[in-house]
Amino acid sequence: MREPKFLLENVSYIYEDGARALHDISLCIYPHKITAIFGPAGGGKSTLLRLLNRLNDLVPGRHLEGRVLLDGEDIYAPGVDVHALRRRVGMVFATPVPLPMSIRRNLTYGPELAGVRDRARLDELVERSLRAAALWDEVKDRLDEPASALSGGQQQRLCLARTLALEPEVILLDEPTSGLDPISTAKVEASLQELKRRYTIVIVPHSVQQAARVADHAVFMLQGELVEEGPGELLFTRPHDQRTEDYITGRFG
Amino acid sequence: MAGHTRTQRTFSEYLIERLIQTTGILVILFLALIFLFLLREGGATFFEVSLRDLLQTRWYPNEEYFGILPLVLGSLLVTLGAAAISLPLGLLTAVFIAEVAPRWMREVLKPLIEVLAGIPSVVLGFLGMVVVSPLVREYLGAPTGLTALSGSLMLGYMALPTIVSVAEDALDAVPKSYRDAALALGATHWQTIWRMTVPAARSGILTAVMLGVGRAIGETMAVMMVTGNAARMPLTLNSLLMPVRTMTATIAAEMGEVAQGSTHYHVLFAIGLVLFLVTFIINLVAAWAIFRQGRRYGRLLS
Repeated sequence: MREPKFLLENVSYIYEDGARALHDISLCIYPHKITAIFGPAGGGKSTLLRLLNRLNDLVPGRHLEGRVLLDGEDIYAPGVDVHALRRRVGMVFATPVPLPMSIRRNLTYGPELAGVRDRARLDELVERSLRAAALWDEVKDRLDEPASALSGGQQQRLCLARTLALEPEVILLDEPTSGLDPISTAKVEASLQELKRRYTIVIVPHSVQQAARVADHAVFMLQGELVEEGPGELLFTRPHDQRTEDYITGRFG
Repeated sequence: MAGHTRTQRTFSEYLIERLIQTTGILVILFLALIFLFLLREGGATFFEVSLRDLLQTRWYPNEEYFGILPLVLGSLLVTLGAAAISLPLGLLTAVFIAEVAPRWMREVLKPLIEVLAGIPSVVLGFLGMVVVSPLVREYLGAPTGLTALSGSLMLGYMALPTIVSVAEDALDAVPKSYRDAALALGATHWQTIWRMTVPAARSGILTAVMLGVGRAIGETMAVMMVTGNAARMPLTLNSLLMPVRTMTATIAAEMGEVAQGSTHYHVLFAIGLVLFLVTFIINLVAAWAIFRQGRRYGRLLS
C-alpha cells in the first residue's frame, strides 16, 4: 500500500458555541485517488475539508484535537507557513467566485502571490491549467475580459483552473457542481478523472449519485462521525453499516 | 357578511396603496418645487448682474460687488480638504472594523461611531472654535485659528461616521465565500482584504464616499464657526492656513439681513442654485459610476 497523502489521527473539532462538528475522525487519504466524503447536510463534511488547508483558521473560538498530517508532517504544528500550505492544498468551492479581474489575472494571481514573475512561465501556466479544466477552447480568445462575464459552468471550471495554476499536490472540492447543469457537471467530473493521475483529490460531492460516479474511495459521514469508509465500488454495493445502506438507498437524508 | 368584510378589506387595501403612492409622488413634487423656487428666486440674478460680474473675484455686496468665485472656491477647498482627511481615515477604519477587529470590539465600535453622527453640528463648531482653532494657530503658525484647514478638519470629522458606517456595511455584505476563495489561493489576510473584499464592496464604498462628501459640502454651521468667513480667493497652498468663506456660510450669514427682492437677495439664491447643482453633479457621477460598475460586475455581485 502506498503512503497516505493525508493522515488524520483522532481529529475532533469543536466550534465556539460548543457544537462538536467532528468527532474522533481517523482517516487516510491516498494520492492519485478520488476520495469522496459524503453524507447528509450538517455531517461535518465541509468542516473536515476545510481542516485540510486550514481555511477555518479565521473562525474565532474553534478548537481542534488530534493531528492532521500531510506527507507525515503536522500541518497544525507551530511555524507552519499557512499560505504555502494553501498553495499545496488547493480548494474549489460550491459557488464559483471569480476574483474581480480578467480571466488571465484570475489564473496568474495565485502564482504571482507565490512569487512567479516570469511572463512566459505565467502564460504557460494559464494555458496548461485552462486546458486541464477543459476551458481553454472556450476562452482562449478573450483572456483579458472580466471573468465575471463567463457563464456559471465556465466560472466553476475557471475556479478549478485557478486552483490548478498553483500547481498544488492536493485538490479539495466542496460540492463543486452543485450550481451546474448536467453537461457542465459531466465536464468537471471528466476533468477530475484526468486530474487524479497527477493530484490527490478530495471531493464533497453534491449527491450520492455523484459520489458513486467519481469515488475511488468513499467516506460516509453522519453528524460529525465517520460511519464507514471503503473502496467506492464496495461501499456503494455492499455497505457494512445499516446507516450507510439506509442513506445510499434513500431511506433518509 | 363575508362579502361585506371582503369589500372592506379591498377598500383599505386601496386606501393604503393610494397613500403610499401619494407620499411617493409628494416627495418628487417637493423636490421639484424646491428646485423651481431656487430657480425663480435665483434666476432673477442673471437679469440684474452680468455673468462677467458674477465670475469676479470680489464679494462685497454692500458695494454691489457680486463675484461668487471666492465662495465657490472656498467651498471646494474646504470640502476637498475634508475629503482628503476623512476618506483614508474612514476607509481604513471601516476595513479595520469589518475585517480585522475581533467581534466584541466590532460590536462596541460600530454603534459608537454611529453615535458620533448624531452630534449637532453647532456643538462640533464650538469644539472647533475652542479646541481645534487654537491648535492650528499655535502649531501651524497661522495668523488666526479660524482657517480653511480648521474647517476641513471639522468637516472631515463630521463626514467620518457616515463614511465608516456605510463602508463597513458594504464590506460586511461581501459574502464569506469571496474571502475563502482568495485565502484558498494562498493570499494573506491583507492581500485578501485589498484584492478581494474591498474591490467587491466598491459600489458600497463609493456610496459611502459620496454621502460623506455630500455632507461636507452642504454643512453650514460648523464651517461658519471655524473658517473665519473672509471672502478671499484661496489660490495658493497656504490658503489652507488663511480664512475662507464658503457658499453655505455666505447664505446663512447674509440671508437674515438682506432686503427681500434686492439684487443681493437674488444672488444669494443663485449661490444656493450653484450649491444645488454641484451636489447634484456629485450624486450623478456617483450613480453613474455605480451603474457602470454594476453592469461590469453585475454577475459577480448578484
